[in-house]
Amino acid sequence: MIPRLELRNITKSYPGIVANDDISMSIMPGKIHAVLGENGAGKSTLMKIIYGVAQADSGEIWCDGKRIEAHNPASSRALGIEMVYQHFALFESVTVVENIALSVSSTFDLKTLARQITHLSNRYGMPIDPHRRVLDLSVGERQRVEIVRCLLQAPKLLILDEPTSVLAPQAVGKLFETLRQLAAEGCSIVYISHKLDEVQELCDSATVLRNGKVTGSAKPKETTSLELARMMVGSKLPEMRVVPSVPSARPVLEVRGLTSPARDKYGVALKNVSFEVHGGEIVGLAGVSGNGQADLIALLSGERRHADASVVRIDGKAAGHLNASERRGLGMAFVPEERLGRGAVPPHTLWENAVLTANRRGGLVRHGMVDRGKAAGFARDIIERFKVKANGPSSSAQSLSGGNLQKFIVGREIALKPKLFLVSQPTWGVDVGAAAFIRQNILDLSRAGSAVLVVSEELDELFEICDRLLVICQGQVSPPLIRTKTNREEVGLLMTGADRGNDIEERSEVAVQN
Amino acid sequence: MLYRIEQRPEPSASMRIAAPIIATALTIAVGSAMFAGLGYDPVSTLQAFFITPISSLNGLSELLLKASPLILIACGLAVGFRANVWNIGAEGQLIIGAIAACGVGLFYPNPESPILLPLMFVAGAAAGMAWAAIPAFLRARLNTNEILVTLMMTYIATLFLSWLVHGPWRDPAGFNYPQTALLPAAAMFEPFDYAYRVNSSVFITVVAVVLMWLFTDRSFLGYKMKVSGAAPHAARYAGFRESSAVWTGLLAGGAAAGIAGMAEVAGPLGQLSPQISPGYGFAAIIVAFIGRLNAFGIVLGGLLMSLLFLGGETVQMNLGLSSSLTRIFQGILLFFLLATDFFIFYRFRRVPEHA
Repeated sequence: MIPRLELRNITKSYPGIVANDDISMSIMPGKIHAVLGENGAGKSTLMKIIYGVAQADSGEIWCDGKRIEAHNPASSRALGIEMVYQHFALFESVTVVENIALSVSSTFDLKTLARQITHLSNRYGMPIDPHRRVLDLSVGERQRVEIVRCLLQAPKLLILDEPTSVLAPQAVGKLFETLRQLAAEGCSIVYISHKLDEVQELCDSATVLRNGKVTGSAKPKETTSLELARMMVGSKLPEMRVVPSVPSARPVLEVRGLTSPARDKYGVALKNVSFEVHGGEIVGLAGVSGNGQADLIALLSGERRHADASVVRIDGKAAGHLNASERRGLGMAFVPEERLGRGAVPPHTLWENAVLTANRRGGLVRHGMVDRGKAAGFARDIIERFKVKANGPSSSAQSLSGGNLQKFIVGREIALKPKLFLVSQPTWGVDVGAAAFIRQNILDLSRAGSAVLVVSEELDELFEICDRLLVICQGQVSPPLIRTKTNREEVGLLMTGADRGNDIEERSEVAVQN
Repeated sequence: MLYRIEQRPEPSASMRIAAPIIATALTIAVGSAMFAGLGYDPVSTLQAFFITPISSLNGLSELLLKASPLILIACGLAVGFRANVWNIGAEGQLIIGAIAACGVGLFYPNPESPILLPLMFVAGAAAGMAWAAIPAFLRARLNTNEILVTLMMTYIATLFLSWLVHGPWRDPAGFNYPQTALLPAAAMFEPFDYAYRVNSSVFITVVAVVLMWLFTDRSFLGYKMKVSGAAPHAARYAGFRESSAVWTGLLAGGAAAGIAGMAEVAGPLGQLSPQISPGYGFAAIIVAFIGRLNAFGIVLGGLLMSLLFLGGETVQMNLGLSSSLTRIFQGILLFFLLATDFFIFYRFRRVPEHA
């Protein structure tokens, strides 16, 4: 049988790094093939080469027995290769059908196209109303739009880049059904991921990448996740030490009846949010992205202030009206989800970035002057203690890889010995080894007495380190769940708004039928 | 072959040093070609531009005299520019500073008082700051665009000056010329030597350069402003107030320009007239950028800009070049200086051509 896609000795280097080093693999028609690897392993580069966004320095690509030379995305689509990016490329202010019409270069016949969209999306079990504006769609629905856009071209090979990173567990199940149906009809699928359980559930074969090289290929259903993880990481995985928590008597963070309008039209209004976090415990905030996490965390960190001071109390003191610096004075520290441009100033050096939040509590500023020596020492300590790969305190923040910069930012905030530690997406885009290291440090901080609030979209992470869980959905926060007394299904239902979520599904069904 | 511009992972240290050298070489090459093409001897033209103006003591005095306000104002402006606060109205702040200082000098009851000069200094700084405070307030409170407001306020200042010297402040004994009376001696900076015009106000600039360096490089307030300029979200994350960067940036520029205006009236001018500045307030913007918003870079930038002013005059007088030709030459130099700076942070990369 001729493989649908075959890569032979693909090599691609960028200045300073070899992103893909002599990579070969082949995918049969109708098979789902995983490309596994940590962030920075070279998965995205490889997909860009297959899709024609980037050109390999050497090596060959064969499709259905024919060699592809010097191609670009347009010629790839002509060959039946389609790609769904991790970050969607949709115009928010126009409707689904208009978005799709823009990318389908044939005739601009919206009526026919809308009919095709309705037909296809229903056939693959992911109904979508072609006349809704993208702005009003959830992230999961937007992904459907992207997939339907690809399906309209009747692809022979579909590439999906980390498709589940934005989905709730239930939506993941639905996506998998669609993909299996597609494969059964003969379409090959390349599934890029770093999530082992998903790959084991869905994929027929897998190629594992590390540092741009193939480190193994496997049949995921017959391989243990430990073996796969070793191929990905290369060394033995660190094990998490979870000590039982001893919560303090008095809460360190109290949120009482916090109601707030959306920060802008992309924000979400918060409705009567109340919870508390005690010293010595880790509370997780679960939720599908875009349900008010960003608004809530900005109000807790002081990046946004609230007219009513008493809605947020830190260490017993009303803090709702204080700015971030003043809240830090009360013992708060915060790791935001955007590292570059928010958690760190990209062109500034690491020691300068240490001054960003450690100016007062770290004692890096005296008499209004920055103590450069001390700041450099502080940065050096973080680099050593948190094993940050950097040339030294004078490296610029933007020269670090995402995972290393995250270690630096987490390290900086932990080094301030906060009473209250807020972390948003602590291990987003961070490789498995660094993620485990960061989680362990968060755990250690909490067991040393700090109150920790972790906002994350990864349920596995929350279940691994949290003592209690909160779920945010459409700006409302659930009552706390004890980690040991709940499960993924319960949390997943709360994430989708349980019965409310069903309502939405039904309504969109109706809209589609009309 | 196609080329793509991409950001360097780290700013290039060698380009940082090489950029001005390359720029100079390119300017000399292009300038020589231009002069030769128009029938002027390139060597003697370049010599008249760069060497003749500073080969006499008087030339050096003039160089410092013109560089001083440029450097002073550029230092003040750079404080704001680093935080993306774009005060381009230094010309207006200079004029208002000059008016206030001259007003004190003319109308203070005791024209021989030793505190007259210090009072004028304070008046000039305060007036410059007050003029800059208007756009600062509007930006901090109403989020107006400070570029437009500062620029428009410059026109107001120019017209106000014109009205004063044509009207209420016109020297009754001045044969109807639009100018004020001369300031008393106690209201003037002492020249080092009466043969030359340069005076002790250059020390103000020296102090300003050191202060600017301390502020931007060492102080926490300067650090906060740098963060606000480079990453506003990081500034909010850290809890630095945006409005404080706006106020500090505009007031620093206003104070520096106001003091420069005061030093002009209390130095080479000695009185107000409708044209008290040959565009120092605008040229200082260029000086700040040639100096890469850095105190010592600004010193070099100010000296170069001043030399260009003088060289331009010299070639016009000695060789009869037209003034537009000298301006083109100045433009070529500034263009190459700023263009080569681009390659400190960016580079060309060759990308293979494909279908």
